[in-house]
Amino acid sequence: MELILTALGILANTALDVLPVAAFLFAFQRIVIGGPMPNRNSILIGFVFVVVGLGCFLIGLEQALFPLGRLMAEQLTAPDFLGSSGVDMRWHDYYWIYLFALALGISTTLAEPALLAVSMKAHEVSGGAIHVWGLRVAVAVGVGTGVALGCFRIVTGVPLQYFIAVGYVLVIVQTVLAPKLIVPLAYDSGGVATSTVTVPLITALGLGLAEAVPGRSPILDGFGLVAFACLFAVISVLAYAQLSVLRAGRSATSTPTTQDSQE
Amino acid sequence: MKDALSALFADAMGSVRDLLPIVLVIGVFQVLVLGNPVAGLAPLAAGGLMVLLGLTLFIYGLKLALFPIGERLAYSLANKGSAFWLLTFAFLLGFGTTIAEPALLAVADEAARVAAAGGAIIDTAESLAEYAFMLRITVACAVGVAIVLGVLRILAAWSLPVMIISGYVLVIIMTTIAPAEIVGIAYDSGAVTTSTVTVPLVAALGIGLASAVRGRNPMLDGFGLIAFASLTPILFVMGFGVLTQWS
Repeated sequence: MELILTALGILANTALDVLPVAAFLFAFQRIVIGGPMPNRNSILIGFVFVVVGLGCFLIGLEQALFPLGRLMAEQLTAPDFLGSSGVDMRWHDYYWIYLFALALGISTTLAEPALLAVSMKAHEVSGGAIHVWGLRVAVAVGVGTGVALGCFRIVTGVPLQYFIAVGYVLVIVQTVLAPKLIVPLAYDSGGVATSTVTVPLITALGLGLAEAVPGRSPILDGFGLVAFACLFAVISVLAYAQLSVLRAGRSATSTPTTQDSQE
Repeated sequence: MKDALSALFADAMGSVRDLLPIVLVIGVFQVLVLGNPVAGLAPLAAGGLMVLLGLTLFIYGLKLALFPIGERLAYSLANKGSAFWLLTFAFLLGFGTTIAEPALLAVADEAARVAAAGGAIIDTAESLAEYAFMLRITVACAVGVAIVLGVLRILAAWSLPVMIISGYVLVIIMTTIAPAEIVGIAYDSGAVTTSTVTVPLVAALGIGLASAVRGRNPMLDGFGLIAFASLTPILFVMGFGVLTQWS
């Protein structure tokens, strides 16, 4: 009974989240463009699917993924598990949490619906030059590395902005070197990769880690994993594009490049 | 009807393939590394099924509603040639989708709790709620401004790398001014905003607009809106931190 009430509450919240967006789109259609909405029925049905789907997804997240992720973070930082007294810990004593962060970042990003949607879009507008799976794997590896490095930063307590500044410099250098076609997509992939599935999971991971490691404060050290995930997704998509160009250049110079066929 | 069912089934198979890695990672760590079975497996399995169902329906609905509607509106607005309506649409789209963002809600509440525990604000329910709400308004305004900037960029064909890199420089400068407690939250709020509802709609707007404006390449000019939306909140939230510090 309680479960049903919770489920209804979450569904109502999801509807409230999506409703303003739907209402404002319909209003714009009427006021600015005028006339009735084409395919109104299928769009309405689509919105119902989005609300129910997102609602179910959030219930599942709170019932299964979120507590499990938090539980893992607690277990992997427990002094008993690490086989030490909990004092005088070095950064490499926490290696399991880095491995877990890497695996978690990769797997949650692969399951990200928004990234899938944008990958399909990118595949479509690039005329097939960008592969849906190639892009998703590149972003996933980037996010995994980012979260793992972010955990290392929390354990060591190095200020967040040092890492971010170095990352920014790397992105700037890659922007100059990478094919122009991929740059806007790469910049977008950071924001796309870190959405409703990934954010609560790794936010909990970071805050839990900052609480567990001696000498770290959640407010100063606990945040930043999401920012790392975002930045590393950009870096790895740019790297994916650079590698693709290198490989294409090596295999055949007679066939036209994807950029040419795009025109 | 039959087509709809087979499309739904295809989406369901996609969701199974997507969810499998998470199950495997947690399972491997729990059994091999931690060496004890998961407690309370039944509710977890039920939750996993909900995730599966949710993913399937969400993606199906997305294809049916969000992408076509966003693209058509952007295309119509771009062809109408009214910059005012287009920019109004852009701001409202960014603001509206962000203020209702579940991921932002979760992180704003978390940030308020952590801020109170750290002594940055008074630890009462009201001041916590106010802080979280102000944070959400700040981020929503930032995303609205970001989409407006992004649309202006597509219309005027400004260089995306130049704008983004200028943004990076501003972020670094703001970091030196902002109070240390807000820096982590600010950096994270950049990526938090652009979640499940916002991303598809904003991407559709950009690609639709770039297809409609003559001389724009959807690949080169259509993307980049989300990049702005994940950069401006960092600046706005650090600005918010500076202002609350003084008041």
